[in-house]
Amino acid sequence: MRGLTWDRVTSILLIAPSAIAILIFVYGFIGWTGWVSLARWDGMLQDLTLVGLRNYQKLFDTERFQIDLHNTVTFTLLFLASSLVIGLLLAVLLDQRIRSEGLFRSIYLFPMALSFIVTGVVWRWLLNPGSRELGSVGVNLLFDKAGLGLLKSGWYTDPSIGIKAVAIAATWQMSGYVMAMYLAGMRGIPEDLREAARVDGASELEIYRHIILPLLQPITLSAVIILGHISLKIFDLVSAMTGPGLGFCTDVPAYFMFDTTFRGNHFSQGAAIAIILLLSVAALIIPYLVYTARTEVQR
Amino acid sequence: MTVQPSRLLIYAILIIFAAFYLMPVYVLLVTGMKGFVEVSLPRMWDLPSGLYFDSFLRAWFGSQAQGFRGLSTNFLNSVKLVVPATLISAMLGSMNGYVLAKWKFRGSEVLFPLLLFGMFIPYQSVLIPLVQTLQKMQLYGSIPGLIFVHVVYGIPITTLIFRNYYATVPTELVEASKIDGASLLGIYRWVMFPISMPGFVVALIWQFTSIWNDFLFGVVVTPNPAVQPVTVTLNNLAGSYIVEWNVQMAGALLAALPTLLVYIFLGRYFMRGLLAGSLKG
Repeated sequence: MRGLTWDRVTSILLIAPSAIAILIFVYGFIGWTGWVSLARWDGMLQDLTLVGLRNYQKLFDTERFQIDLHNTVTFTLLFLASSLVIGLLLAVLLDQRIRSEGLFRSIYLFPMALSFIVTGVVWRWLLNPGSRELGSVGVNLLFDKAGLGLLKSGWYTDPSIGIKAVAIAATWQMSGYVMAMYLAGMRGIPEDLREAARVDGASELEIYRHIILPLLQPITLSAVIILGHISLKIFDLVSAMTGPGLGFCTDVPAYFMFDTTFRGNHFSQGAAIAIILLLSVAALIIPYLVYTARTEVQR
Repeated sequence: MTVQPSRLLIYAILIIFAAFYLMPVYVLLVTGMKGFVEVSLPRMWDLPSGLYFDSFLRAWFGSQAQGFRGLSTNFLNSVKLVVPATLISAMLGSMNGYVLAKWKFRGSEVLFPLLLFGMFIPYQSVLIPLVQTLQKMQLYGSIPGLIFVHVVYGIPITTLIFRNYYATVPTELVEASKIDGASLLGIYRWVMFPISMPGFVVALIWQFTSIWNDFLFGVVVTPNPAVQPVTVTLNNLAGSYIVEWNVQMAGALLAALPTLLVYIFLGRYFMRGLLAGSLKG
């Protein structure tokens, strides 16, 4: 029995450094940021006098933040919808006994290996609006050549498009990931199930519609959670591709936070943005973590 | 043998999408290889007339005349950062995963999701105290500081990867060694560690990729341009109006090279890490 307790002690000792680090650097720091968000720290000198929710009130009255929230919603909806649709489409097509499936898969997935900074640099030039002297460049030039001049646009420089152009780049980077998740899910569905449906006279389309898609629902949920939280946090891509843009048309809360905290020294305002970001991510993630923990216990 | 038109359509769609995903790579490559004379935005899609590496050289070494920084030292900074940070966090993850999978204690079911939450948080919500703490620890603005940060915030994902991996190892293996009188550390050293290779490959690749590609910690923790990782330098290069766009493209390709190579040669394991990231590994 003594040996067992000694092992108990060792097990706790092994995990303690990590547990303590996370306790301090995640939970403690979040608490500290929360405190700063309720204080009056606005400038180089730290000021921790509490002022209640005033920073939040001011923040929601700030035009830039209102635009940011609006942009986040637009970005998230567009990015999620296009990534899910493209990811599912590609997965279904790749599931049709495709020759050189591996090659296609690798091509669709490789952007995941890149930094958002690299993606941002490339797409900034691809979606460059061009100018009067230069004429069309990038994607616009392709449209010209293909006789699709109608589709030309000012992309991220056009305030009515703005953040949607960033969503195109994000979709390029992440839709392959969704494809991979769906494909892995489809490969997990036993062939007998399809075979039985075929025997019953179901067409391939019906099999996908009524058997495969419903079984893939947990994957759709995972994909929505993963892409959703990335989308709420998006910072690098905006930073490299556009910056806040004309009239903040490509600005997002995460960028505003960085800008106001580390360039403007408005620490309390930055902290308030950070806490709002955290709460929005938590609203998405915590139910998911609880749900995963529960289903795991059931297994 | 006749080819069904529906099959043709499937291949056509797949190929069109392949072209969409490869388009930026094409532009990166042809632009990087053009000579400075033939680089012009309206000729962006044209093939280069020959192979020139001027853009790559300028992106790598920078230009004193134009007054901008090349990627060379910062690329090296990233290497110095990524290698130790990746190794340490994989080691930590392995030990945590072992305990959480095979030595469950009271509260470990609560501890695990609490750890996991750390990988989803927007890091903005810890940046202000992080900078203050690193300053107190004398680690602010240095590569060791960045290593420390990546190790700490890498704990959740590496723990998850290893816990999921060790969960597939039969518990009987651990029980049998216990009966033979082996201790917790002994079992780790002689039973678990030797079969941990697949877990390590996934965790190492995951951490290598995400630390190499990180921008936020780099730009916040290391304000000094000489110490910054390569993503931050690339971002500065791209944000500068004096740097020609072909140099920016060449720089992007250089900065992307290490993770691209990992993807090309170890893609299978990269994929496993991605799926583990969705908690379902």
